Amino acid sequence: MKKILTLSTALSAVGLAASAQEVTVMSWGGAYTVSQVEAYHKPFTAETGIKVVSVDADNPATPIKAMVEAGNVTVDVADVEYADSIRLCDEGLLEEIDPSILPPAPDGTPATEDFLPGALTDCAVASIVFSTVYAYDTTKFPEGPTTMADFFDLEKFPGKRGMRKGAKANLEMALMADGVPADEVYATLETDEGIDRAFAMLDKIKDDTVWWEAGAQPPQLLADGEVAMTTAYNGRIFAAQVAEGKPFQIVWDGQVYEYDLFVIPKGAPNLENALEFIKFATDTQRLADQAKWISYGPARKSSGALVGLYQDGKTEMAPHMPTSAENLTNALASSYEFWVDRDSELNERFNAWLAV
Amino acid sequence: MLAMDATGADAGRGGLTTADGKPLKQALATAQSRARRRALLLVLPLLAFIVITFVVPIGQLLFRSVYNDGFSANMPQISAWFRETEPGTEPDEAAYAALAADLAAAAEARSVGVVGTRVNYEMSGTRSLFTAAGRKAGDLKPPFREALLELNGTWGDPQLWGVMRSVSSAYSANFYLAALDLARDANGDIVRAPEGRRIYGMLFLRTLWLSALITGLCLILAYPVAHLLATLPLAKSNLLMILVLLPFWTSLLVRTTSWMVLLQEQGVVNNTMVALGLIGEDGRIQMMYNRTGTIIAMTHILLPFMILPLYSVMRPINPGYVRAARSLGATSWTAFRRVYLPQTLPGIGAGALLVFILAVGYYITPALVGGASGQLISNLIAYHMQDSLNWSLAAALAALLLAGVLILYWLYDRLIGIDKLKLG
Repeated sequence: MKKILTLSTALSAVGLAASAQEVTVMSWGGAYTVSQVEAYHKPFTAETGIKVVSVDADNPATPIKAMVEAGNVTVDVADVEYADSIRLCDEGLLEEIDPSILPPAPDGTPATEDFLPGALTDCAVASIVFSTVYAYDTTKFPEGPTTMADFFDLEKFPGKRGMRKGAKANLEMALMADGVPADEVYATLETDEGIDRAFAMLDKIKDDTVWWEAGAQPPQLLADGEVAMTTAYNGRIFAAQVAEGKPFQIVWDGQVYEYDLFVIPKGAPNLENALEFIKFATDTQRLADQAKWISYGPARKSSGALVGLYQDGKTEMAPHMPTSAENLTNALASSYEFWVDRDSELNERFNAWLAV
Repeated sequence: MLAMDATGADAGRGGLTTADGKPLKQALATAQSRARRRALLLVLPLLAFIVITFVVPIGQLLFRSVYNDGFSANMPQISAWFRETEPGTEPDEAAYAALAADLAAAAEARSVGVVGTRVNYEMSGTRSLFTAAGRKAGDLKPPFREALLELNGTWGDPQLWGVMRSVSSAYSANFYLAALDLARDANGDIVRAPEGRRIYGMLFLRTLWLSALITGLCLILAYPVAHLLATLPLAKSNLLMILVLLPFWTSLLVRTTSWMVLLQEQGVVNNTMVALGLIGEDGRIQMMYNRTGTIIAMTHILLPFMILPLYSVMRPINPGYVRAARSLGATSWTAFRRVYLPQTLPGIGAGALLVFILAVGYYITPALVGGASGQLISNLIAYHMQDSLNWSLAAALAALLLAGVLILYWLYDRLIGIDKLKLG
């Protein structure tokens, strides 16, 4: 037995040595992963010599529990949504990240003050602000929809809809379409009547909706003509609009925005490299660089001023950002406090609703 | 080397002996046990493989359906209090003190989320109660009952205490109740789950019904094909066989994706029908992201599993039997029904059983082309494995599915006989 132990220890030591100069980053795929590879991974490898392995998941938060519980963690850094980062942290599935290791802004402001409010938590460091919006095909609706209510109006705007298969953001959008002001959405959802009201709204379009799971699907569904309009992450629609010249239009009314954050699963094989990677990727310049590739807002105040043109050298990024003033007229900040506790319950109900 | 000499040393006992004088029975047993040992050694690698990769993981997972120590392992003091007191005991100050101490320790160890999640499975909306209390538990001062009630009035709720008592033991049948759309009320009695939460029963029925339908469709499609394959001259039938086997060898994902290309609203089938004028531009048929998509794609993917057993049974059937029946005056229908069909029954049974069991557990194809109405129970199991991370419920659903398949297998054995099964 002892011999086997020694042998396996030796083997795993060899394995560690072989992978010592590597860090595995799990993200959401498609245009978003591309932006991270260009803005973070490539310069990181160039500077440190540490190879970055990129893997994708529909939602990187979901494989983490399985990995940690099975004691087979293969990922060093994962890119997750806010509520998931809190939930996983609460369940002890993440390494804690001390915010004081993060580099300060160029003017010397410490990271804890430079990041937007709430962007740093015990276990996570935010990189971007993204938004769930809806977009439509301008060739189908020359006089396009302009409000959240239009998305739920099949008479005025006939055609299939696309929505993410899950409760989050859909319930909020349904309530806003039903006339609930953005700042009352979560108070309404706290009540059973509010939830019923949201589902009643979703009922209106249920039979005409295609449910997507991966972020790369909705632009594809729009391009294929499978749906006339769909909810999507705003950066994916931007990438299709600008990089591929698709005739898509984003409706910012009723957008639901939140942070995406880097976390480290407990027991990550390359913890040191993971911390190095996060330090590197969330510094002022890198966060600004990512906005060259996709229209997500950087999570640092000091990065905002550095955001300029898209990598094609002519598209101004500011109007495409979820945080730009004209896009925020009727916008909702996703509440992690609400979702961290209600996620499982509401998704259970959502799935029951969907299956019937 | 057997000595047939009954007058040897053992003659007194009347037994046969080998040449070296051992009793024959004993020698035979030795030789046989040696052979058995060798046989065992030969199959040992496979046996170990199956045990390690199949029996143990499945057993472990099924064990989770009755075992979840999310609460009991992280809340030791209050669990001990529950063990020492009778069910229904009013929680006293000692109970609240134990609860507060456990919450503080769990928050420190970052396991309070696990505790909250476990209770939340039984009583919705309680997860936040635990995580919020955990954050403040370290600062709580006695009397703890008042302190906790001040944090949140729900801490005095008898239903919460009933739930905590039930989860203070790691063993519980509650996940099976949930999987059968049942729940426990405040008194611990079993009641039906609230309207709008009852989905599993319906999904089990839908899975069985769709699987039966797909099996039937496969049989109708495969029977003539298999017959053709079995009766054509070898050169031609080999060519046709390749057409059957090529898709069989192609990746499941590729085949499913191909169906997506064909069936979508702007896809090949709809475009062709529009071009031919069969349907208008507005009348494009929705064939995907619904039950139709699931049925079409799964029927195609499972078809070879029906064709191959049928073919292997039909091939050796002597065409002379049907000819003889016809020459004796049977109509072609009678000849088929009375002579040909009974001979192919073992193939039908094997193919139907194979397709049905595969269909019952199908998951990728319905996930990709099924939309909402084409989801099967396995998609919900995958959901609880991957998204909601309620592995105990996933295990309970999987155990019920497994039990259902085993019952069908047993029924098949009783009605048709498993020894009549012919897979190829």
